Amino acid sequence: MTRYICKRLLLMIPTLLGAAVFVFLLMRLIPGDVCELRLAGEGAYVDEQAIQVCREQAGLTRPLAGQFVDWVWGLTRGDFGVSMWTGRPIAYEIGLRFQLSLQVAVMATLASVLLAIPLGTVAAMNRDTWLDYGVRAFSIAGLATPSFWLGILIILALLNVTQAFWGTPWMPPIQYTPIWVDPAANLSQLAWPALATGYRYSAVAARMTRSALLEVLQEDYIRTARAKGLVEHLVIYRHALKNALLPVVTVIGIEFAFLIGGLVVTEQVFNLNGLGKLFVESVGNHDYTLTQALVMLVALVFVVTNFVIDLIYAWLDPRIRYG
Amino acid sequence: MAFSEHPDQLVHAEPSDAAGAVALRRLAAWARRKPLGAAGAVIVLGMLVVALLAPLIAPYDPVRNAFDRMHEPPSAAHWFGTDQFGRDVLSRLLHGARTALLVGLVASFLGASGGLMLGVASAYFGGRFDLLFQRFMDVLMAFPLIIMALAIVSIFGTGTHNVIAAITVPFIPRCARVVRASALAVRELPYVDAARACGFSHARVMLYHVAPNVMAPYLIMLTAFLGQAILLEASLSYLGLGVQEPTPAWGLMLQGGAEEYAESAPWMAIFPGLAITVSVFAFNLFGDAVRDTLDPRLRSTG
Repeated sequence: MTRYICKRLLLMIPTLLGAAVFVFLLMRLIPGDVCELRLAGEGAYVDEQAIQVCREQAGLTRPLAGQFVDWVWGLTRGDFGVSMWTGRPIAYEIGLRFQLSLQVAVMATLASVLLAIPLGTVAAMNRDTWLDYGVRAFSIAGLATPSFWLGILIILALLNVTQAFWGTPWMPPIQYTPIWVDPAANLSQLAWPALATGYRYSAVAARMTRSALLEVLQEDYIRTARAKGLVEHLVIYRHALKNALLPVVTVIGIEFAFLIGGLVVTEQVFNLNGLGKLFVESVGNHDYTLTQALVMLVALVFVVTNFVIDLIYAWLDPRIRYG
Repeated sequence: MAFSEHPDQLVHAEPSDAAGAVALRRLAAWARRKPLGAAGAVIVLGMLVVALLAPLIAPYDPVRNAFDRMHEPPSAAHWFGTDQFGRDVLSRLLHGARTALLVGLVASFLGASGGLMLGVASAYFGGRFDLLFQRFMDVLMAFPLIIMALAIVSIFGTGTHNVIAAITVPFIPRCARVVRASALAVRELPYVDAARACGFSHARVMLYHVAPNVMAPYLIMLTAFLGQAILLEASLSYLGLGVQEPTPAWGLMLQGGAEEYAESAPWMAIFPGLAITVSVFAFNLFGDAVRDTLDPRLRSTG
């Protein structure tokens, strides 16, 4: 197992390095350069000398390879550089928002699991009935509904429902409170974005649960379980679902890695000051150093999540460990 | 592969002028087997018609402001109400279909075709080139669609054409990977060697001998991209980093004040979102049906 972990850890390096090269080169495609944009962005006159000074300060006059090595060396020590927009260290900007985004991501994953597994199971057990079709329509609709629209609808519904019942419209709080300070305030703010994001991500997992379960239900040991007179729900829970969940775990894991993409829009709707909103702002502000850092962070989350999925797999299935 | 399913295809008894009728009958048979896919196709067709005829059927000019009738609720004159600038929501929706389809179709086509070329080339040349190329594709796949699209927008800027580019690029590795897997099998077939032995160039062999035989995965990816591209365009526009005002676009309609006015003017938020959802839903249904038809291995599990 240790050997396997080491091998997988080493395999992460080329992917991350590749991502760094890609991001680095992408940001060098900017028409003009960062300094020109920063100083002459609004079309104002700036003398050539000021731009030159800025370039030297930013290290842009040095050879590309040197700049790249410096940047990557900084990354390995957790030094993301300085935001061009606010002038503060990027690590600080990320640190401010990391907690909120992580919590929404975890809650959204929970919501999607709690939706997907029961729905997928119900669909598989009632294959080709209206229940099955209903669940499938619900899943396909989940993939088609933009989470920002769902967010607007949730807010709209909250306003109208609270207006109807209590006479005063209620909105989720805007101010973020950590969950250990005031769980009620925290959850009443973050449950809705988690729901809006989670619904979308439950679609794929529900389909996966359904098809994996259908496959497992055709296995011989299921027939054996039924033949010995086991109650159907025990057949499903104890024998089928346990074996069907392996691919579902993968799907959920991959979705967790991609969740930051979903957060980008959801945080905008619910006006949450998280990493997704920071990313959108950095793109809008032409804050290249920040964009660069956040894109690398996404790649890191993806690679680490994949690593964890592989470990879970290896733990669940000894054939992979020794293969 | 289609022969086993349609034995009647082997007997082309009909004269060539009945080809249209045959195609129609086969289409009807497909619609019977895939009712959901057919429903999706019908909605997609309806959307195409609406997009083409938008200037003729839209009751008002989608970009003209009318400050004397802002935030009007749905009425006989304005079926879906008006927005914060007094623009007719229905007219903007109809014209928005043009933006959505333009971006969706062009980005999906370019992304899938770019993936087709790269995937075929990677499988065909194999060896070190293939290995490096695959690692590079792995790297690109480490970014969610919208993150990659936003990174590209940050470089090229906003606007319809840049949005198309931003959606196209992240599609390429996704299609390339699937196409490559099929092309690897095709490359080993004797007729590829035969074509090379005839002295055809690599480009010709790839174009005429390999590419036509990986059309199934290509079309599956292409149709799967359509819905995603429309959703992505709407998301980018919603974030204010996609199509720009005053171009009518569904995502933009949700951004431009729909949130602020959600309570007092819910029609501004409900209808554009509905348009996005229904069209993406239709494209997804259609894409799923195409996938099931072209890839028999997936047929049972779906």
